[in-house]
Amino acid sequence: MSTTLNQPVDYNLKVVKQFTVMTIIWGIVGMSLGVLIAAQLVWPALNFDIPYLTYSRLRPLHTNAVIFAFGTSALFATGYYVVQKTCQVRLFSDRLAAFTFWGWQAVIIGAVITLPMGITTTKEYAELEWPLSILIAIVWIAFIIVFFGTLAIRRTSHIYVANWFYGAFLIAVAMLHIGNNLAIPVSFTKSYSIYAGAVDAMMQWWYGHNAVGFLLTAGFLGMMYYFVPKQAERPVYSYRLSIVHFWALITIYIWAGPHHLHYTALPDWAQSVGMVMSVILFVPSWGGMINGIMTLSGAWHKLRTDPILRFLIVSLSFYGMSTFEGPMMAIKSVNALSHYTDWTIGHVHSGALGWVAMISIGAIYHLIPVLFERDRMYSVKLINTHFWLHTIGVVLYIVAMWISGVTQGLMWRAVNSDGTLTYSFVESLEASYPFYFVRFVGGLFVVAGMLIMGYNVWKTIRTNKLRSGEPLAAAEPA
Amino acid sequence: MSSFWSWWIIVLTLGTLVGIAILLKWNMNNFTDVEEGESMGHEFDGIIELNNPLPTWWTVLFWLCLAWGLLYLILYPGLGNFKGLLGWQSSNQHVLSLEESQQAVIDAREAGLNIEYDRELARADAVYGPIFQQYASMDIEAIAEDRGALRIGQRLFLQNCAQCHGSDARGSLGFPNLTDGIFSWGGSAENIYTTLMEGRKAQMPAFLDQLGEQGITEVASYVLSLSGRSVDRDLARAGEQRFAVCAACHGQDGKGNIALGSPDLTNNVWLYGGSQRAVEETLRYGRNGVMPRWDEILGEDKVKILSGYVLSLSAEE
Repeated sequence: MSTTLNQPVDYNLKVVKQFTVMTIIWGIVGMSLGVLIAAQLVWPALNFDIPYLTYSRLRPLHTNAVIFAFGTSALFATGYYVVQKTCQVRLFSDRLAAFTFWGWQAVIIGAVITLPMGITTTKEYAELEWPLSILIAIVWIAFIIVFFGTLAIRRTSHIYVANWFYGAFLIAVAMLHIGNNLAIPVSFTKSYSIYAGAVDAMMQWWYGHNAVGFLLTAGFLGMMYYFVPKQAERPVYSYRLSIVHFWALITIYIWAGPHHLHYTALPDWAQSVGMVMSVILFVPSWGGMINGIMTLSGAWHKLRTDPILRFLIVSLSFYGMSTFEGPMMAIKSVNALSHYTDWTIGHVHSGALGWVAMISIGAIYHLIPVLFERDRMYSVKLINTHFWLHTIGVVLYIVAMWISGVTQGLMWRAVNSDGTLTYSFVESLEASYPFYFVRFVGGLFVVAGMLIMGYNVWKTIRTNKLRSGEPLAAAEPA
Repeated sequence: MSSFWSWWIIVLTLGTLVGIAILLKWNMNNFTDVEEGESMGHEFDGIIELNNPLPTWWTVLFWLCLAWGLLYLILYPGLGNFKGLLGWQSSNQHVLSLEESQQAVIDAREAGLNIEYDRELARADAVYGPIFQQYASMDIEAIAEDRGALRIGQRLFLQNCAQCHGSDARGSLGFPNLTDGIFSWGGSAENIYTTLMEGRKAQMPAFLDQLGEQGITEVASYVLSLSGRSVDRDLARAGEQRFAVCAACHGQDGKGNIALGSPDLTNNVWLYGGSQRAVEETLRYGRNGVMPRWDEILGEDKVKILSGYVLSLSAEE
């Protein structure tokens, strides 16, 4: 039975505040970079013939900024908050927590400097060269110590399910990052991976897919398990469902990497095993969606008035959609059509913008008034505006990429009656061109929403009065 | 792969699937001491958890996916060294060179192995081969006038040749224009066919050591004057004295030699650029031109159609 203690706990909210604010700032930066490179694909002159602004250098900066600056800052912020609240205890170490904040910002600044300079390992999502990758490992281990240390000194009898997911994500990412980044440095800015050939490719996608699986899925499921029941004020639907889908998800996800290497030099057995596990993964992935959405049963009417809850629930819908799409794309014969096309880009963004960004945004709108001791956000109306801008932006983006991707896949494989290819590559590029513009417009919607969020958060923190003129309550109502 | 690693893969893969099945079975029954639908009794910052059963449709889906996964691993290669009951393979493994690959294809076909790439190639040959064969008996000159053949030729060109020669066949720096009727290796149907089938390697030697910087400038001026370009007359005259070394390949009159692939220097067409600087660069460091051979990639029938297409391009001008 539970042993929740009622004496007030002096939580460490400083580090949570820092990471929360940086999440918004890095979100705006990372997504704006995305819009810039989307625009470059429509108007190539936008690189202004400056090497630092070329697509090839800004694209990894965009992915690093949204995954590691925006997404991971959100995970730091909510992870530190959730573990304290659900363990009823202050963080294990304030100094280590502060170190993780400044260390992580240093990593991001390092990325902002080195990637445009062209300093890169060339491994997707692991582009940062060895000095930065060592710094990441050190900060990450500090994160693990703070998190598990806090779990160890908890004042509740059980460990809440959100913390299972945060814990799994922390350990898996440490293992993946260190495993994939093993390299021999030849200078301060250049190193060579210790892996070669197909083994290197396999290590890279073992890392790459599980960066998605553990960082962008397990971590954010942890966020979901706290903020959805909290915002809906409803109990979690099924404890047993969370047991099955947690263990099945983390066991199976780690096998899924080879589906990035279908029809390559990777041995057939590895491709098959990767594909089988990817398809089975569909079921435990949906377990999380079911548990989140069913948590709302009996409180559906709240969606009508609460845009924060709307962010959280729609994020789960996108999560369900992309975790259905992913396993389908992992099937070899589907992959033969989808691989190397824009469909993949669309899939990634339905996960990244639909799931990761929306659940983070919802969590932050929940957190800001709590952290800064306000009754609510400065403007609920603006949250609603943000919700619609973001949703429209994401839908424009992924629909454009679906059409463009499937078109490319079909054009590349079309043959004439004499067996020659029907289309040259440039013809497929021409066919994609209008959709690149639609994607750019979708991105503009998303960034516009983020700017509104920045304004709303700024006003919430800065003003000590509600818009109606009533003074905001001085302290968070317990 | 050694049998140790093979068993390692088999045990881990099947162990994972079986483990997941046990986990699912275990949670399908209410193993807790709490009634179904009731609170588990934990409370975390105001959040409680209910003990609801797993949704039935979800559980069924899970069992179906696990069963399908097992079936797939029985039929297809996946469990270590076990090849799968269907004998399907995506590639010739352990092949290191083109010769080995060709031998492996022949061996695999004889052994009746179901290898994806070979199977697709064989199928394509069976379906499309006759289409190309119907032109095998035609002359290349006739192909160049046959509209059906030219349509096929254009597609072959766009897929195989356009990367270097451009989709309009006008070439670019270092890659010859095929539409101007000027062919360093000869523009007859036979020449073009040979170029495509066997490939070409053109070598312009470097002359810096032999001529010196002054000599390079002089010869470049003379070469440009052959095409009627306005140059420094003194330099050109001095260059003419030195032209003997060039004449060995390009001829005394500078009109080139198709047997050696040495370009005509009098037509103001410049493969590597026609500025004074570019010509000096060519003389100073030499050039190496490579046209790959296509006999093994496309086969005789397709090369013949392509030759007709290229011939038709130069005839247009």
